[in-house]
Amino acid sequence: MPAIRNPKDFLAGLIFVAFGTAAIVLGSDYPLGTAARMGPGYFPRILGILLIVLGGALSLRSLRLAGPPLPGWKWRPVLVVLLSVVVFGLVLTRIGLVLSTLGLIFASSAASREFRPKEALISGILLAALAVGVFVIGLKLVIPIWPGSG
Amino acid sequence: MSFDILGHLATGFGVALTPINVLHAFIGVLVGTLIGVLPGIGPVATIAMLLPTTYGLQPVSALIMLAGIYYGAQYGGSTTSILINMPGETSSAVTCLDGHKMALQGQAGAALAIAALGSFFAGCVSTVFVAAFSPPLSELALKFGPSEYCSLMILGLIGAVVLAHGSLLKAIGMIVLGLLLGIVGTDVNSGMARFAFGVPELTDGLGIVSVAMGLFGFAEIISNLETTEKREMVAAKVKGLWLTRKQLRQAAPAVARGTALGSVLGLLPGGGAMLASFASYAVEKKVAKDPSRFGKGAIEGVAGPESANNAGAQTSFIPLLTLGIPENAVMALMVGAMTIHNIQPGPQVMTSNPALFWGLIASMWIGNLMLVVLNLPLIGMWIKLLQVPYRLLYPAILLFCSIGVYTINNAHFDVSQTAVFGLLGIVFLKLECEPAPLLLGFVLGPMMEENLRRALLLSRGDPTVFVTRPISLGMLLAAVLLLLLIVVPNLRRKREEVFEEAET
Repeated sequence: MPAIRNPKDFLAGLIFVAFGTAAIVLGSDYPLGTAARMGPGYFPRILGILLIVLGGALSLRSLRLAGPPLPGWKWRPVLVVLLSVVVFGLVLTRIGLVLSTLGLIFASSAASREFRPKEALISGILLAALAVGVFVIGLKLVIPIWPGSG
Repeated sequence: MSFDILGHLATGFGVALTPINVLHAFIGVLVGTLIGVLPGIGPVATIAMLLPTTYGLQPVSALIMLAGIYYGAQYGGSTTSILINMPGETSSAVTCLDGHKMALQGQAGAALAIAALGSFFAGCVSTVFVAAFSPPLSELALKFGPSEYCSLMILGLIGAVVLAHGSLLKAIGMIVLGLLLGIVGTDVNSGMARFAFGVPELTDGLGIVSVAMGLFGFAEIISNLETTEKREMVAAKVKGLWLTRKQLRQAAPAVARGTALGSVLGLLPGGGAMLASFASYAVEKKVAKDPSRFGKGAIEGVAGPESANNAGAQTSFIPLLTLGIPENAVMALMVGAMTIHNIQPGPQVMTSNPALFWGLIASMWIGNLMLVVLNLPLIGMWIKLLQVPYRLLYPAILLFCSIGVYTINNAHFDVSQTAVFGLLGIVFLKLECEPAPLLLGFVLGPMMEENLRRALLLSRGDPTVFVTRPISLGMLLAAVLLLLLIVVPNLRRKREEVFEEAET
């Protein structure tokens, strides 16, 4: 088996092939129609094929042309940042803007290596007050401030 | 002809100078600068973050405010580059080279002043440029049929990746992926929901704010967190904001050249602020009597690129307003904003909605004036803001992004969707896949399908229609030519040289 000389390109190519294949497989039920009367499946099919071709070419080329190695991947910032945002969205109407802001600020601060709990807490309190002032009082958005007040 | 322009501009100023629109231009410029100053957050993320707040406004006010946010964010980025050598966006990356050196030599005030004045001059000139070029271009575009539009979109997309740096194959892949993501949702012709997986929220398609904020904003924050912060703050050294006569004499020709170069490059697909500032830096270095001064605090190295990026930012509105084709990621977001207000960007905007069209153009000048008036006195405030450490800044940015996305539909679905694109964004960042072509493809997806469908319907399924109509053929040939330019190794080396020269 030939060696992968450019891992970044190789992986990017695989991702393109995966999306292209998904488009074709998931879109296999959509009527294709004809060129003159394109159905809803026509354009996605073209794009899927193009993606597979482009991704395949990219991956194959990475066996020949050398490139830089894969950079490191740190799970902590990725997971902490994204999960705290998702949870914020889920609980916002249930526990209100103040508590969800405190939670988001405190949790997402933990993604940094320079995390200081006390500082994050103070910043959370100030930002919660600011968020209530700007979004609820200023822009009059319908977001509950406290649990059960919505 | 020239009389026409004056008349149109008068209409525009009539619209832009109404108190409500002046207020929105002001808010846009102020908030844009405020967020633009924050290190590590560029104009695309800034606009995506603030887009939901404009949904409730009148369309003219919304676009005026968004345009203000764009210049503000751009200018704020320059301030950050000069003072802490950490550009918030690629277009101010070159400003770091000499701007930060000037700051280290106690010349921060002069660097900030020339950036502001150069930008203002460029803004004035390019506003007139936009006003003069838009009418003939949109008249031409009105003659386009669906096949011309298809070819134009292909040319625009190819142009956008050719002029951006990085791997061509990857960039084209990102475009196609963007087109594919763009057609998620209900098909307008058949009413069929595509790739919605039975999720009701997906039948309306993926949200542009979520896509942009995830790919640009969240991914950027996560990647900043991986490196330890290291800022060289020179705030204490900002004293006077005055330029000496000698500095002014050195800078003036650079401003003029930067403005001209930026105005032209802004018109090209993939152009706009970033390309303009890189090119201007390269030009200034070439024409200088003593190129060795560059990188050590040459004022031309600040004056040229700063004028160029502002001119380019402004003229990049021309293809959007006249052809309906966004040429960079910021313009893609403007398409999103226009669509939300039920305005189909394209040549018909000028005739069907002249108040909006000319009002937006006039507001560009007003916005630029506000930038100068606002920024020189407020510089002390921006410096204070720059002293806030990143560990305190990014949770606040996340909070405002999350609330912004949530308020689009008052639904947590949009927030989770943004997080998914954030994950995709960080993967792409690691693999060096640029997100900008994806965003362009994303907004053009539905338009491209519609035009392809109409073109083939008219030709009864005959695909040669794209090469038998002369304008369409011309555009396709131009696209092929652009691709060849890159593939030919000699020219490719030249292209890399320009980028590297500006970077090192």
